[in-house]
This record gives sequence, C-alpha cells and structure tokens, in this order.
Amino acid sequence: MIRTMTKLIAGFTVAMALGVSLPALAQDAVKPAAPAASAATAPADAAAAPAAAPVAAPAAAAAPAPAEAAPAAPTPQKGDTAWMFVATLLVIMMTIPGLALFYGGLVRSKNMLSVLLQVFMIFAVIIVLWCIYGYSIAFTEKTAFFGGFDRAFLNGIWDPVKASFSTAATFSKGVVIPEFIYVAFQGTFAAITCALIVGAFAERAKFSAVLAFMVLWFTFGYLPVAHMVWFWTGPDAIKDAATLATESAKAGWLWQKGALDFAGGTVVHINAAVAGLVGAFMIGKRIGYGREHMAPHSLTMTMIGASMLWVGWFGFNAGSALEAGDVAALAFINTLLATAAAAVSWVVGEWITKGKPSMLGGASGAVAGLVAITPACGFVGPMGGLIIGLVAGVVCLWGVNGLKRLIGADDSLDVFGVHGVGGILGALLTGVFAAPSLGGQGIFDYTTNKMSADPYSIASQVLIQAEAIGTTIVWSAVVSLIAYKLVDIVIGLRVPEDQEREGLDITSHGESAYHS
Amino acid sequence: MKMITAIIKPFKLDEVREALSELNVQGITVTEVKGFGRQKGHTELYRGAEYVVDFLPKTKIEAAVDDAIVDQVIDTIQSAARTGKIGDGKIFVSSLEQVIRIRTGETGNDAL
Repeated sequence: MIRTMTKLIAGFTVAMALGVSLPALAQDAVKPAAPAASAATAPADAAAAPAAAPVAAPAAAAAPAPAEAAPAAPTPQKGDTAWMFVATLLVIMMTIPGLALFYGGLVRSKNMLSVLLQVFMIFAVIIVLWCIYGYSIAFTEKTAFFGGFDRAFLNGIWDPVKASFSTAATFSKGVVIPEFIYVAFQGTFAAITCALIVGAFAERAKFSAVLAFMVLWFTFGYLPVAHMVWFWTGPDAIKDAATLATESAKAGWLWQKGALDFAGGTVVHINAAVAGLVGAFMIGKRIGYGREHMAPHSLTMTMIGASMLWVGWFGFNAGSALEAGDVAALAFINTLLATAAAAVSWVVGEWITKGKPSMLGGASGAVAGLVAITPACGFVGPMGGLIIGLVAGVVCLWGVNGLKRLIGADDSLDVFGVHGVGGILGALLTGVFAAPSLGGQGIFDYTTNKMSADPYSIASQVLIQAEAIGTTIVWSAVVSLIAYKLVDIVIGLRVPEDQEREGLDITSHGESAYHS
Repeated sequence: MKMITAIIKPFKLDEVREALSELNVQGITVTEVKGFGRQKGHTELYRGAEYVVDFLPKTKIEAAVDDAIVDQVIDTIQSAARTGKIGDGKIFVSSLEQVIRIRTGETGNDAL
C-alpha cells in the first residue's frame, strides 16, 4: 500500500534550486486542495505575518498540525503565478479559436459557422458551470469519485472576513499558486474537453441537443474522471509513511492507484474521444456519407487552427506543472519534440502508403503527437518523448484509416482516431518511458523528497495505466450512452434531413460563413 | 456575325486575350466554369476519405465577332490555348442574329 502510494505521489524529481526540494509532481495537475487539508490560506497582504491562515487545514487529525507547526503559510511566488496566467490564456486560445478553426476547416462550407459556434458556446457554457459547481466537484475532497460542494460558486476562495485569498498546492512542497488562477486553468481544460467531442458528430447534430448533452456529460463524465485521476490534497502535509497514507486516502480513485496522467491523456483525450465515438454511433452517419463529396472546405483554416493548438498546448502541458520550473521546462521540450516527430512520421507514413504528403496529414500528425505526449510530458525524458511522437504519428494514421473502417461509424472529424487512439497510446507509453532506466522521471517519493527508492517496474506501471484507460473508457461510454439517449428522447439529436442538406449555418443559425 | 465560345485551360487565358486583342476583337466575356471531357478528373485524399473530383476548373471565353475575322479568331485561340496535352478544351462557333449596344442603340456590326 505504501509503495503504491509513493507511486502515486509520483512525480519526477526535479527540484529546483530553492531551499527545500521542489519536486514537481506527478499526476498532472491538480491539487487545489480546496478546503481540504493541505490548502493553506495565504493572507494576501499580510503574507508572512501571522500563521493564522491555516485555519482551513486542521481537519486531518492524523496530520499533526500541518500548518500550525509549519513556519508560515507559503505564499505564491510572482513568477509561478505569472506563468499560470500565461498558461491559462494559452489553453483558452487552443479552444477559441484554435480548435474551432481546426474543426471548422474540415467541414463543408455550409456548416462552418455551426462548428465554430458549437465550440464557442460550449466553451462559454462549461466555464459558467465550472465556476458554479464543476470546480468544486472535481477538485475538493469528498469521495474517491466525486468531490463535494465546499467550493460551489467558488465560495471560500476569497475570505472577506479575514481579507485573504486562498492558495492551491502544487507538486512541490511549500510552493503554492493563487487558487483563483488554478480554478481558471482547470476550467479551460474542462471546456476544451467538451469542445473536442463535437468533431465526432459535426454537420448533423441539433445545436440545442449538443448543448444539453454537454451539460450532462460535463457533470457526470468529465468531473468524476477529473476527480478520480487528478484530485489529491497536495504534498505539503506529507511528512512520513503515516501522513502519506492519510493524505493519499483522500485522493481520487485512480490517483490512489498510481495512474500517471500529467496533463490529461485519460481525463481529456480518451474521455472526450469515447464520448464522441458513442455520439457518432447514436446520431448516425451524415446523409450521403461514403457517396457524396464531403471534403474539407478550408485546409488553410485547419492549418491555422492546428498551429494554434500546438502553441497553446505549451500552456496545457507545461502549465500542468503548476509552477515555472524544471518540470514545466521538461513538459515544454517534450511538447515541442514529440509533436514535431509525430508530424514527420504521419506525413512520411502517408507519403509512402498513399503516394503524397498532405497538409491535412501534417496538421493531423501534429495533433496526434500533442495528444500522445499529453499524459507523458512531465514524466518522460525528451528521447522518450521523441519515440512517443514518432509512434503516435503512424498509429493515429492507422486510426483514421484502417481502424476507422473497422469501427464503421461516421466520426466526422476523426475525434476517436486521433484523440482516442493517441490518448490510449500516450497513456500506455507514459508507463514505459517514465522509467528512470529509459530516461524518465520515475516516481517521486514525498516522504523522502526524492525519487522513490523502489525499483521502477514498467510492467506494473503499464498495468496501472491500462486500468486508468479502461476505467475512463467505460465511465465515459456509459455516461455518454445515457446522456445521448436522454437528449434524444427530450430534444432529438439530429436536425431534419432537409436542414442537413441545406447546411446548419443557414437552417440552425440563420447566417452564412461566406458570401461570394 | 458569329459567337465564338471557347473552353480553355485557365492558365492560358492571358495568352489568348493578348492574341485576340491584336486581331481587333473589341471585347470578350470570361467565366470560370467546371466540366468534364476526355480529360479525366482527379482523386483527392483527406485522411481516410477518398473523393473523385469529376469536374475540373476551366475558363470559358465568349466573343462576338464579325464574319470576316471568324477564321482568324479561331486559329488564334487554337494556337494560343494549345499545350498539346489532353484537356486543352474546345471552340464552339454559332451564328449570331443580332447585337445591340445598350448605350447608343447601334445594332449589327456597328455594335461589335
């Protein structure tokens, strides 16, 4: 148990030069220890002063005065905080307009605005829900599957009585960031995950049905998976085996098992891809699919969108380190290298098998590489990242060809072929290349504040990864199935045939993307 | 008077226009069109989806000319638009009953 736990806490070693060790940690982000034990409340101005802040902490009996005994509550460093602002803005840019343009260019011109608007409005709706209840359910302590309502309406982050802002823990002891930016950062993840799904049923879904489904899926699909994989109470209360066990017991179900997912291979990509695939089946194929011309109307837009995704992804991946340090830098170089490798391998692959290198191939390869490196980026070394990228390009190329024909669904924009296949591949290979023997970060042990002394077992880590993948697939599939069914009964999933033929831009939204 | 309608490769338009203006052809109308002939279409591949594009882009030129220069115009278009490869296009000649210049009301050859 303890060994597992140590894994969980995973992490990489890294450490910054500052006094204590600041090992970044493992599983991606998370840890906004909300009202939970480790969240120390840092007084805004009176920072260093009274250690009175930690009022929130003393919940855990087992943890002997985590905050009180400590010297003073840690306060956010401006460098870390500034980086998190930048990272959050980058992730917003990934969705609007990055993902919107990437998807928009791939549909026919009569449906351009429908895709842009679906992505845009999903972003807006999910952000609202995130602040009302999403953040609280995903990132506060309650059960191993769902959080509680302590942070509903973002309650308690600003304390008007004490005039103080709370902080969120990072993966390093003594390093915190303002909880509000943590809320915003994680909110953008929830929004892009939901927006990813629309690619699977583009060009035929009813707008109201899309929004209704997203509300349901966000609530019962995204939030619990995010909680299971990412929630923990932070490293600060962990002093020894006993406190490690206590704190770990409060974490999410898959976190406790030691699943490694730095920036969202399971939570974001596999989760969304499965919801998309189920949607493609439930909504049915586009009219004329396989017979009529459905070529992308603007690969120029798609190239712009893919490039914005690539740039934005540095916020997504390197931002998931939650501080501006070594692990963020590692995630950054991996995001650069693996993506480039995947673009190369996809284009070379199609050049060999289909005869011509294509712009769409380059853009798709880059996205496949980004997806695959997402769970791995803070755990693997750059050469591990290179291999993950090279493999992802080729495997996802198969995902949109051979596998797609095998599955037989009209996944319009290949959400499953790229995000599902790439996500699964990346999550599995994370378990392989996180091994120190292969240049990875291994598992960080917060009781000793260095890399775990236990030998890293690739086989058992891959098994844990597979468990996380399986859990995500099943959870997302079941929630999606029920949610689509409900929406179908109440609203209906598809637009009528004549509207689909004329195009959703005019019939659903009353406007046209282009005027000639 | 004859109406000459030619379907040519789009990149040959400038050469044809220059050659015609030397012949004293007073005006032409140009339209971007699509169609098929003996030249086959081509295949486009988008990830796993393959589409055969049957209609290729061509340029249509229309010129109303005096009977006296019809043969010259035809020869000129043919030599300017020719590449020798399949897909060079066609020239259609039809008789033209009347031409009226809207501004002045002139008719027939005066209106050309």
